[in-house]
Amino acid sequence: MTGRINPRTALIVALLVVLALIPPYTTLTGSAFVMTLFTRVLILSLAAVSLNLIMGYGGMVSFGHAAYLGIGGYAVGILWKEGISSGLVQWPVAIGASMLFALAVGALSLRTRGVYFIMITLAFAQMIYYVAIGLDRYGGDDGLTIRQRSQFGPLFDLNNKALFYYLCLALLLASMFFVARLVDSRFGLVIQGTRSNERRMRAIGFATFRYRLVCFAVAGAMCGLAGALLANQTNFISPAMMYWTRSGDLMVMVVLGGLGSLFGPLIGTATFLLLEEALSRVTEYPGLILGPTLLLVAIYLHGGIEGLLGARRDG
Amino acid sequence: MAEPLLRIDGLTKRFGGVIASDAITLDIERDEFHAVIGPNGAGKTTLIGLLAGEIAPQDGTIWFDGDDITALAVHRRSRLGLARSFQITSLFADFTALDNVALAVQAHDGHSFRFWSNARREAALREPAQAALSRVGLSHRADVRVDRLSHGEQRQLEIAMALATKPRLLLLDEPMAGMGPDESARMLAMLRDIKGTITLLLIEHDVETVFALADRITVLVYGRVIASGDPATIRADAAVREAYLGTS
Repeated sequence: MTGRINPRTALIVALLVVLALIPPYTTLTGSAFVMTLFTRVLILSLAAVSLNLIMGYGGMVSFGHAAYLGIGGYAVGILWKEGISSGLVQWPVAIGASMLFALAVGALSLRTRGVYFIMITLAFAQMIYYVAIGLDRYGGDDGLTIRQRSQFGPLFDLNNKALFYYLCLALLLASMFFVARLVDSRFGLVIQGTRSNERRMRAIGFATFRYRLVCFAVAGAMCGLAGALLANQTNFISPAMMYWTRSGDLMVMVVLGGLGSLFGPLIGTATFLLLEEALSRVTEYPGLILGPTLLLVAIYLHGGIEGLLGARRDG
Repeated sequence: MAEPLLRIDGLTKRFGGVIASDAITLDIERDEFHAVIGPNGAGKTTLIGLLAGEIAPQDGTIWFDGDDITALAVHRRSRLGLARSFQITSLFADFTALDNVALAVQAHDGHSFRFWSNARREAALREPAQAALSRVGLSHRADVRVDRLSHGEQRQLEIAMALATKPRLLLLDEPMAGMGPDESARMLAMLRDIKGTITLLLIEHDVETVFALADRITVLVYGRVIASGDPATIRADAAVREAYLGTS
């Protein structure tokens, strides 16, 4: 270090400080809006971290990632409706169900490449979307209002919004730490090597399919947890959680932040949601500005926002 | 005489109406340097594909060290000790040279379902990788990203990766293709170095290289073996002269 702070580190530190200070800020101003918005940033960042694992590091462009948000959310909602409100049951079920679904999707889609892979992941997500619409008992098309957040005992009450916020922040940071370790491990190098040149990976002796499948399932499980958090935040689940446009939004967040970078998903999600929020105040059509912005990022900034700030990790 | 390391019997591959491998029968002895030559379109690369397992034959059998491997998948063959280099450079472009070789070492060091410790700091992977790099004369380029290496260096790296898997049989697909004279000379010196320490099957277009290095030579024309023997025999063979050497 030469004493000069690189802009990437500065931005990340600033972002983390802001994130840590949101609850006290809310207490001071008395306005819950900012905390609601940022809780959403944290939860969708977790989903974006999981998508970045397969898409950024693994080169598996999944266009159905919102399905896992939905499955995680519906696990919470359905169990609540059936009288099981303990988070210690709901959350493991949310994670497990998402992982199993990812295993099924992956087992089929990972045998294909390119556009076919994208179409199969999309098809599975749309399938689960229509299944949710058909679940009349759980609200069908209209969705289901969950009148009770996941229960973790009196000391850990998720109705406490600041506590819920910090829980989301802790889970997000834990998932980022996990991904950081994972991508530099033997497993992670196999995943990245396969993104780079799968044919060669096979030639030097790797059974690439099983590694990609496990990676796909891990990402599904992480996103299922994000879905459980989202259901708890909004107290509501509906098929819209897993509509294909939501999958598209997640991809945008990941690409915007920088594919295959550690903090990219958080930066991209924060940028996307805050920009969307700000633009919706000045125009009815935020997409008119968001769309071209993404186009510019896709054309000119291959490393996303994080790449723009420098210090890209080499290979 | 010991059983050959690789036995190919009646290996046949057709692509539509084109016959790329026509009942090829061939033995590769242990530790020999065997070369396959033939004019363009003789089916040399198809033969490598068949041996590596990327192409499935319609007929025939491949035995490796006594085992029938005809139906074995690519990665399983690699684990048995059959390594290949690619004619068109096939590397991990966004990794460093050392990372590339370390991945090859890792592929033959048990399963890779290890999720936590940093593989780039594992001596068990880095040291053998470094050794393979110095064997091909690339140790000074270990930390350079592959897409910044010269063409010749990438070809050397190809071979380092194949060597790092500690193969019993190394398939080399035209390792000197597209190289300048200096790079070719370096590659030749390296091949001479590893000759005798490992069984080599070299596919080559350049006849001079082959006559200088190989213990035995097989000549392929239109997917068919027309001659096989030591360099002197091949040089004297009338059919070879007519089909291949006669033109030069």
